[in-house]
Parts: sequence; structure tokens; C-alpha cells
Amino acid sequence: MNVVEVRGLRYRYPDGTQALEGIDFQLASAECVALFGANGSGKTTFVLHLNGLLSGEGSIEICGLALQRDTLEQIRAKVGLVFQDSDEQLFMPTVLEDVAFGPRNQGVGAEEAIARAAKMLERVSMSAAVRKAPYHLSSGEKRRAAIAGVLAMNPEIVVLDEPTTSLDPPGRRDLIGLLRALPQAKILVTHDVEFAASLATRAVFFERGRIAGEGSVDEIARRFNWRSRAEE
Amino acid sequence: MHHVVIERWSRESSPLHARDARAKLGALVVFLIAVSTTPPRSQLAFLAYAALLAIAILIARLPAAALIRRALIVLPFSATFALITWLGGNPMRALALGEKSYLSGLAALLLVSTTPLPDLLRGLESFAVPRPLCLVIQFIYRYLFVISEQAQHMRLAARSRGASFRASAGALAVLFARSWQRADNIYQAMLARGFRGRFPSFTATRFRAADAAFLLASAAASIAIRIAL
Repeated sequence: MNVVEVRGLRYRYPDGTQALEGIDFQLASAECVALFGANGSGKTTFVLHLNGLLSGEGSIEICGLALQRDTLEQIRAKVGLVFQDSDEQLFMPTVLEDVAFGPRNQGVGAEEAIARAAKMLERVSMSAAVRKAPYHLSSGEKRRAAIAGVLAMNPEIVVLDEPTTSLDPPGRRDLIGLLRALPQAKILVTHDVEFAASLATRAVFFERGRIAGEGSVDEIARRFNWRSRAEE
Repeated sequence: MHHVVIERWSRESSPLHARDARAKLGALVVFLIAVSTTPPRSQLAFLAYAALLAIAILIARLPAAALIRRALIVLPFSATFALITWLGGNPMRALALGEKSYLSGLAALLLVSTTPLPDLLRGLESFAVPRPLCLVIQFIYRYLFVISEQAQHMRLAARSRGASFRASAGALAVLFARSWQRADNIYQAMLARGFRGRFPSFTATRFRAADAAFLLASAAASIAIRIAL
């Protein structure tokens, strides 16, 4: 069963830049897909549509639910978006309150939201940081806290935008372990082919707002000379 | 950064921390009105206000020396006006100006040091402070640290290229543009997690009998000092 079904998605930014030109995309339940492509090729613009943060032409269905104004709230609960810069995602005074922010917005009571947040922080090995202010965390810790904030909302799809940016090798390794253990369907927007290869079973290559190719991570990296371009 | 320390203090526990933010805000408003309307000649009253704050600091179990030192930050602003008043031939009024601003600053600092920011903002909202203003306060508080770090990076980048960093219009414009972009991204991140225009609270906001008693007692003390001394 497909949890994401996108047909003919087109989007033009207010400055006139055509960012997406007819994207067709599917994501199966529990599948992990990597999105590759040059900066500005439309990857981030595309994933922002899945959560209803941008709205273009075409149709988007999330878990069988058509993305419309009246389904926005339900869809935002189903699609957890982890942004590239964790500083932009951690805005509450403490890590625990930040992780509980999503559940509270979903109408969960304060005590239950805090309990759920504590559980998620334990799951990402961040129990020691519950009372810390987000700006006291390292880059890796911020990333894990941001992921916990999204997981606390019990999403069915987790979308991660450049998750390995500013992570050191141990942090990157920990992140791979954490993501492997997640049962949800995942979309990874990344330039990091090795990272994608260790998690994704399929890769999609974006080029000037279109999908230029699909296949296994190795196949796509070879076909678009992506590994050498990214890592030379 | 100062606000990191105050943030930590605000999350400690004491009988004053336990009071509802609305009770503390009400007590502060009465205190500020009493202090600001006290005539300059009533020096005994200023001493009594200071004693009242000292009792509150003791009850809050906060480090008194650090709190008193931090409140000195208000003095450079009022000292200018106090100096002008002094030179204008009214030393008593100048002294009272310094005392009033310091006591007011210390009282406000005591409030933010005993009340977590989300609770304080909720209290402000119940005092009819517009919600957008409360949101702006929350974001300034949270992102002051990030923006100051951004400014430090720009300063280092300018130095590494042999330039001395000055707060030129160009650098400020870049900082402003980056802050604007960041604000936009933060708002998107909030929407993505279901934000609907109100920050959730994590503490019970029931106004209890103890809160009412605290408000009445502190307001009565401020008014008594104002009238009697």
C-alpha cells in the first residue's frame, strides 16, 4: 500500500522560478527512499508539499487522504518533517518541552505529552538532556532532539532534509542506527550517497524540477555520476 | 548569556516559583505603581521597598548577590537623567530617580527569575497584552542567542579576510536578511508540528487560594509603604 501518492505536482515560487514541473512519486509503507539532485533541483520544495507547507498544482494523497485545506491538520500529524537546520526546529525553552510541542498541538494533555516526549528522548538516547536548553546541545544532539520532536507526534512518514549536515562520523553512525530502527516510511533528502545506501532501498534523482531517474541508490549514483561529483 | 542564567533560575523551585504568573504580575504592577508615585523625600519608603524585595529574594531562594548585580544594568539608562536632574539643582529628586529605576528593575528581574517564560507570557496574555507581542517576546528571547552567534560568525569571517568588523549598514542588512529567512523557516517548522497560533503550556494554570493570598499580601505591603512612609 502506498502511503504517499503524488501526481503531476507543479510549483512556481512567487518570484517566478518554476521549482517543480510535473512530479509523479509514490512511497510504499515502511519503504525508505533517498532523493538526490543538485542544490535548487526541487527536492526540498517537493518535500515541503508533502506536509502542506507549500501548495502547488497537482494532487497529493497521504495515507489515502487527499491533501486539502480541511485535511491539513490530519496530514501534518501523519508526515513528520525534520528540517535541515535543527536550530530552526528547536524553539521551546527546554528540550523536553520542544519534543512535547507537537503532541500538545495535537490536543494531547500536558502530562501525557511530557511522558511521550520523555519516552521519545529516551529512544534517541537523549534522556540526559531533557532539562537542557536547545542551544546548549551539540549538532548531533540537536538533530536527535529534532527527530524526537517529530516522532513524538507518531507520524506514519518521516521526511529528513539533509540529516547528515554538520554531523561528525560518530553522530552520522548513530543517526543511521536510529533511522534503521524506525518502522515508519522514510524520505531522505541528501547529497550523502553512502548514508543513503545504508538506509534507502530506492533513490530518485531530481533535475531542474523533474524526476530524471529512479532506481537503487548505487544505480542512480552511477547513472548520474553522483558519487564522484559529490565526494571527489 | 544573561538570559540563560535567568532561564535556569526560573525553573527552580520555591514558594515564590510556585505562585501563579498572574498573581506575580499583579503584585509587580502594584509594586511599580507604588514605587513610581513615591515622593523623592520619602527615603524611608525606598528602604522599605528594598526590604520587601529582599524578603521576596529570600523566599525565592535565588542567589541574592548575582540578582542584585544583574539589576544594576538599568542604572546607566536612568543615571543620565539623574545626573541632569542633579546638575539642575535637585539632588534629592536625582537620588530618587536612581532608586526608583533600580528597585523597579530588580522587581521585574525577580519576576522573570521565578517564572518560566511560557507561563509569564500566558500571564501577560491574561493581562490583555496582545498575543502577537507575546510571541515576539518569546522568539526574541529564544533567538537572541542564535542571532548573536550569527553576528559573531560574520565578524570572524570579516576578520579572516583582513577587514575589521564594524556595525556598518551593509553588515546589519545581511544580519537582518538572514534573521528574516530564519524567522520564516522557524514558522514553517512550527506549522509542520501543528502550531495554531498559541504556544502550549506545560504547567497547570489554576489560580489557587494561595495565589490570591500572595497577591493580596504583596499588594497590601506595597500600598502600606506608599501611604504610611
